Amino acid sequence: MSTEKPLFPPLLRRIGLRLGAALPALFCVILFTFIMMRVLPGDPAVYFASGPNAGQAEIQELRHRMGLDAPMLVQFLHYLENLATGDLGRSLTTGQSVAQDMHDRLPASLELTLTALAFSLLISLPLGLTSAWWSGSIYDQCVRAFCSACFCIPPFVSGILLVYVFYYWLGVAPDPTGRINIFLPQPPRVSGLLLIDSALAGDWTAWHEAAGQLVLPALTMALFVIAPLTRMTRAAVISVLGADYIRTARAMGLPTWRIMIVYTLRNALMPVLTTVGIVFSTMMGANVLVEKIFSWPGVASYALDALVSSDYAPVQGFILLMACLFILVNLVIDLLLGVLDPRVSVE
Amino acid sequence: MTKPLLSIRDLRVSFVSDRTHKDVLHGVSLSVERGKVLALVGESGSGKSVTGLTTMGLLPRQATVTGGSIRFRGEEITGHVPRSLRGAGIAMVFQNPRAALNPTRRIRDQLSDVIRAHGKVDRAGLQARLTELMHQVSITDATRCLNAYPHQLSGGLCQRIVIAMAVACSPDLIIADEPTTGLDVLTQKAAMDLLLRLTRERDMGMILVTHDLGMAAQYSDDVAVMRHGKIVERGTPEALFRSPRNDYTRQLVAACPTATSLLEAPEATVARQAAEPVPLLEVRSMVKEYQNGFRAVDDVSFVIRPGECLGLIGESGSGKSTISRLVSRLVDPEGGEILFNGTPISTIPAEAFYRASQRRQIQFVFQDAAGSLNPRYTAYRSIVDPLLRMGPVPDGEALRALVVRTACSVGLSEEMLERYPHQMSGGQCARVGIARAIIVSPDLLILDEPTAALDVLVQAEVLALLERLRRERGMSYLFVSHDLHVVRMLCDRAIILRRGRIVEAGRCDDIFRAPQSDYTASLLEAIPHFSPGASV
Repeated sequence: MSTEKPLFPPLLRRIGLRLGAALPALFCVILFTFIMMRVLPGDPAVYFASGPNAGQAEIQELRHRMGLDAPMLVQFLHYLENLATGDLGRSLTTGQSVAQDMHDRLPASLELTLTALAFSLLISLPLGLTSAWWSGSIYDQCVRAFCSACFCIPPFVSGILLVYVFYYWLGVAPDPTGRINIFLPQPPRVSGLLLIDSALAGDWTAWHEAAGQLVLPALTMALFVIAPLTRMTRAAVISVLGADYIRTARAMGLPTWRIMIVYTLRNALMPVLTTVGIVFSTMMGANVLVEKIFSWPGVASYALDALVSSDYAPVQGFILLMACLFILVNLVIDLLLGVLDPRVSVE
Repeated sequence: MTKPLLSIRDLRVSFVSDRTHKDVLHGVSLSVERGKVLALVGESGSGKSVTGLTTMGLLPRQATVTGGSIRFRGEEITGHVPRSLRGAGIAMVFQNPRAALNPTRRIRDQLSDVIRAHGKVDRAGLQARLTELMHQVSITDATRCLNAYPHQLSGGLCQRIVIAMAVACSPDLIIADEPTTGLDVLTQKAAMDLLLRLTRERDMGMILVTHDLGMAAQYSDDVAVMRHGKIVERGTPEALFRSPRNDYTRQLVAACPTATSLLEAPEATVARQAAEPVPLLEVRSMVKEYQNGFRAVDDVSFVIRPGECLGLIGESGSGKSTISRLVSRLVDPEGGEILFNGTPISTIPAEAFYRASQRRQIQFVFQDAAGSLNPRYTAYRSIVDPLLRMGPVPDGEALRALVVRTACSVGLSEEMLERYPHQMSGGQCARVGIARAIIVSPDLLILDEPTAALDVLVQAEVLALLERLRRERGMSYLFVSHDLHVVRMLCDRAIILRRGRIVEAGRCDDIFRAPQSDYTASLLEAIPHFSPGASV
């Protein structure tokens, strides 16, 4: 069977191996968050108790019901058992299960991060390519200055500046609150990403509304990662430009645009893609400021709120979710590298 | 009589940066006619590649043409070569063919890119052109090659593809810049024969840029010898190599290893202790197998006697480098025995061998002289390093004196010892590599193509140095090379390897005079040769 489909089984095997190799890391994350929950001050039983004047007996009873009086190892096994069934615990602030909250909020964060990533790539790839092509020129210096500026301004400053200019001053942007006008009917949920769901439903008013809300926060996040992506692209393109095959392409008289795109950029993409993986993971975890400024109902602001109000189950869930995402993103990047570079073997 | 295809008159090129101004070409004049091959010969840095690149209009940004003219088909192209001319009028074949092809694009697409860059072709026409090209460069399994990526093809096939690219748009002139560097002798012959055939068939002109005088002699109609950005002598190969008029040409010709050349002072062969029966190194049925089941070394046995030099000859992939690594105990064999002075050393695992007493007795000189030196170490530090690790370390002044003495014996002056690798020439780096290996007074020196990256003149010096050191110190050599002439000059006996197996072994004189196997005969046949002064 494997001889009939030569590509597929090794690919699946590789994915399986990678996910298998990630299990110890995931276990460590689980163990760490579990211990953190025990070490941090605060007794969940007290929070769960009916009121501030709950008696000692009632708290004791609760503690027993929650299994908190059992030995640590038993509690840990119990926790693992819950995780295996998808039970991440219950949030005290929202009153819902953490899994449900994540399910509601993760698409918001994903949509924001993916859009920001697309923006930053749309800006960085051309900038990096052209500044490498004319490296050392005034243009190159300008790009360098622009990147430094983007990197130096923290997102909460650039976010507020963007809101000031485009919403308050020019009035072209919608008010920076949330993902979509709450008075509009929400499109039926398919993927959770509003742009995709509304497009699927054919609801273009909602699509425009959601896109409008998305532009400013995504741009704020994009600005912050333009610098690493542009610099990486520039460095990769410069090293490719020195390669023998570029000289061959010139000697054969290929059109400049083809040398630029097909011969140079295509070969420079590999290191850039690796950087994209790192940048994406960082953005997912670090976009809490942007979510706060734009009242974006994402997972990062959710976790921050929970942390502030000593509600630990959501924080644990958030860390676990980020770890899983990190592993998945890196796997996807690895697979993409294999597709981009024929020299990377499938094994 | 006929108008030349390309004529270069008094060409001057300079490399200019903010502060420095360096002239690399000082008035080069040459011309190429249709159907003829002009060889540009010279050492690295002589300006022969720059001449080729200037003609193509591919000079690096910091280089400028400061004078002279280049006329192609009567048209002035100095300083600005129109894109339509590159590829379709003048095409270039580069060295290191695998690197010259785009690694992420199929051969079919790369060839199509070139064809489409110089005219509109429909799908059927393109396919017909591709098939025809494959046929012209004698590639038999065209479909597989066209659908492959460069890394899936051998170096020889890649060079055929590069040649196919060069002739794809029927240029009138081909500039071949060291087209066979990095290729094996047999592959080199095939590629050069192909280039020559295409040049004659299509009535193109060709400029062959090379440092190999033998190749220039065999494949060109006209030779120009370059040095320091000038042409010092030009003429037909016969005239030039038989009776060179210029001193420099004479030196080059003398330094070039040929079927008859000898190292200086051959009378000292008495130093070879042929009488001593105990071998210094004995290898018995050695096997090295890689994880994917590939047998790089398959049942190889040989001995090296004290004071003897054994040559290891083979094409790339024949297992010669693997054998040198096995013997120097950098990798572990899968089977067989290695005896050093009668003691089995193959039982000591490679990662523990640095602690064994035999480590200082077996030393290594690497192929890439500059690349195998730590760029942050001065020559002194590089040379003294093995001594500090393996001892015994003489104290204070004596240590310095020993290093200076060793450096002196390889021809390095004391002030050179404070230099870093990038401040030294290739030949000087090679000397540091040799000094580093002999400072611990080894009995066996493993030399892995120590002269492959060096110019002819430097190569001759280094070979003479190795021969002198062997006689003075009574060391034994395992000399790995693909250059049969060099092996014949330096070695007493030689082994010819093919696909990990020994094809032929014996005394060098016998092998070269009357090769027993067809493979050895074909190798000898493939070496480009010229015979200055001699009658063949």
